[in-house]
Amino acid sequence: MNVSITIDGKKIDCDFSKTVIQVAQENGTSIPHFCWHPSLSVSGNCRMCLVDVGMPKRNREGQIEVDANGNPITQFMPKLAIACSTQVADGMVVETKSDKIINAREAVMEFILINHPLDCPICDEAGECKLQDYAYKHSVGESRFEFEKVQKPKRVAIGKNVMLDNERCIMCSRCIRFCDEIVKEPSLVFSERGDNVTLTTFPGTSLDNSYSMNTIDLCPVGALTSKDFRFKARVWDMSFTDSICVGCSRGCNTTVGVRNNEILRLTPRLNENVNSYWMCDDGRLNTFEFVNKNRIKQPMIKRDGKFSECEWDEAISKTISELKRFSPSEILVIGSPFATNEDNFLLKKFAKQVLKTENICFFNHIVEGNKDELLILEDKTPNSFALKEFGFGNGNNFLQMISEKKIRAVYLLEDNIATDETIVNLLSNVDFIVTHSPNLNATTQIASVVFSSSTYAEKNGTLTNFEGRVQRIRPSVATLEHDRALDGFAMSRLDQFGAHNDRWTKGEKRDARSSWKIILNVANGFGAKWKYNTAEDVFKEICLNVKSFENMSYAKISNKGLLLKKMEMYV
Amino acid sequence: MIKKQIRKNDLNFFQRTYITEIFKGLSLTFRKIFQKKFTRQYPEEKWNPPISFRGRPVLVQEKNGTERCVACMLCARVCPALAIEIQADETFEYSKERYPKKFEINMLRCIFCGFCEEVCPEEAIVMSQEFELVFSSQDEAIFGKDKLLIPKEKLQNRLEFLRQYR
Repeated sequence: MNVSITIDGKKIDCDFSKTVIQVAQENGTSIPHFCWHPSLSVSGNCRMCLVDVGMPKRNREGQIEVDANGNPITQFMPKLAIACSTQVADGMVVETKSDKIINAREAVMEFILINHPLDCPICDEAGECKLQDYAYKHSVGESRFEFEKVQKPKRVAIGKNVMLDNERCIMCSRCIRFCDEIVKEPSLVFSERGDNVTLTTFPGTSLDNSYSMNTIDLCPVGALTSKDFRFKARVWDMSFTDSICVGCSRGCNTTVGVRNNEILRLTPRLNENVNSYWMCDDGRLNTFEFVNKNRIKQPMIKRDGKFSECEWDEAISKTISELKRFSPSEILVIGSPFATNEDNFLLKKFAKQVLKTENICFFNHIVEGNKDELLILEDKTPNSFALKEFGFGNGNNFLQMISEKKIRAVYLLEDNIATDETIVNLLSNVDFIVTHSPNLNATTQIASVVFSSSTYAEKNGTLTNFEGRVQRIRPSVATLEHDRALDGFAMSRLDQFGAHNDRWTKGEKRDARSSWKIILNVANGFGAKWKYNTAEDVFKEICLNVKSFENMSYAKISNKGLLLKKMEMYV
Repeated sequence: MIKKQIRKNDLNFFQRTYITEIFKGLSLTFRKIFQKKFTRQYPEEKWNPPISFRGRPVLVQEKNGTERCVACMLCARVCPALAIEIQADETFEYSKERYPKKFEINMLRCIFCGFCEEVCPEEAIVMSQEFELVFSSQDEAIFGKDKLLIPKEKLQNRLEFLRQYR
């Protein structure tokens, strides 16, 4: 049922089940709030969202009274109401900007700040702190409180990933509600009363669920901070790039925080269709270390059992001359569910048109049982859906052929397949293995040629998640093929103003390339004459050749992703 | 009215010898010999700048040997020349939560504006009286904690001067 309300003189039609704060936000009026969160239940304890609510005045017969000009008279409630728990009603009039409300907000801010320590200089939240922002916008800037602030426990490790500073807590209870309602593993609670209220875990427990770090993002102040990111950097020194988590096939939307060409943290980004506001701790902590560490910095060729770094041309010509020794049916091409759509599509085209082999497959990485109701999925790769879509076969079907020595050469895209001994032994039957890889691992050890490829954080491209949603990744870490300014990277202050001799511009740049570019170079070495300048060019060809990608483009995918055509009916 | 310009060929012979002008100039020099001198025999004669002088920024070292700095990075943020680079880290000593693992000022970038001193919430970075800075390479101009830390006693005057304006 629709009702009509007036917010700050603007008439709005909305659904009657909504609250004032929701309607205001949807219509571009932001009402300050701490404890309210769109995905959590209404708690109504911070009192920051006070607004003036009124209804048309009615006489005894129930008719609306009008003034001399014929306009209905509004009768406001005697006291201000909180917008987060006030449901809209037909004819409701809401004021959010009057002097009365500004005074009330200033009073609430003064009250909240009474026991909030002046910790901002050492607080990790500074720069993205709601309380700090509101102190500028909605506060008078001084306190009349002249007594000692309440002392509470600081630096409490309440979980393996979360640090609690109780003095900073403003008792909004977002973290408590998150654990109760979203994770459904209640572990936090308020104890004590009045200004001694303290956030604690239940006796003998700690905040150790697989989504605990979302409380850090939820916390409007610096009471809950990340142990991993603790004191690593100030947020204003970092650049932030929209990306996708590669921890599992959910494809949670993330924001990558980079300083000095190094990823320092990942935070979830709102996408109602995929991950809402959340992401799991595993994805947040374990999907950026391989970008920063253990990298292959240059292409490598194995000579007499030892790897030596070489130039790109040398590695490419070596690959071509080796591959030419084998007949098409002896070559196996293995795609990667960790690589982008563009990489895999071009690999398939390379296999079909250049190598002319029918042996095209990929290996799934499924950890059985490692899943939950919320986000985590068993398939630990971000792009396996697209590989099935492109017609890559199951890798296990080709293991037999390898053991029979029918396969003599393997072209492998960014995947660590030599995870157990049986596969290592099988691959010893193969004469020549060429692999793309960003990191040193068991598979690069047994390869003959290793191309240093870019990670998800260093290239443009798209990934297709478990339900067939195509989502964009963008580069946030520069390799030698990039220039931050010219290639449209997100730039921090330091990136913008740093000179060549400044230390913060000296973050390591590796000589890595996007996999599709390497495949392009190898194919052209075979005489293919392909012309792709950007990942977008490859994607355009995918859209022309793969039916379910029809009519897609990077612009349409934008920040929220786009569902494959044939999947639309299922969702 | 435009003043008529006197050209060289307008002068007579005597004027063209410049003798009177030379003596005029020399007489000025001769008179100045007996007046008070404003110059100084630097570097033999050192100059002690006033307390309001902004020399190179230094970090205040407490008696226990640690820095006052808590690595809040406000100085790095406010620095208009981006001369300051800090890496914070956690500490469990001296009731501090964080300290600067690395604190570097690029003295080639520093413009001695004193904003860092002004913004510091801990009175941990102050402008010293030192102005004689010589480097032989760009790397040498980057001062780390070893060069920046100065015992508090030596900076007492400056700290007291700053307190007048707080």
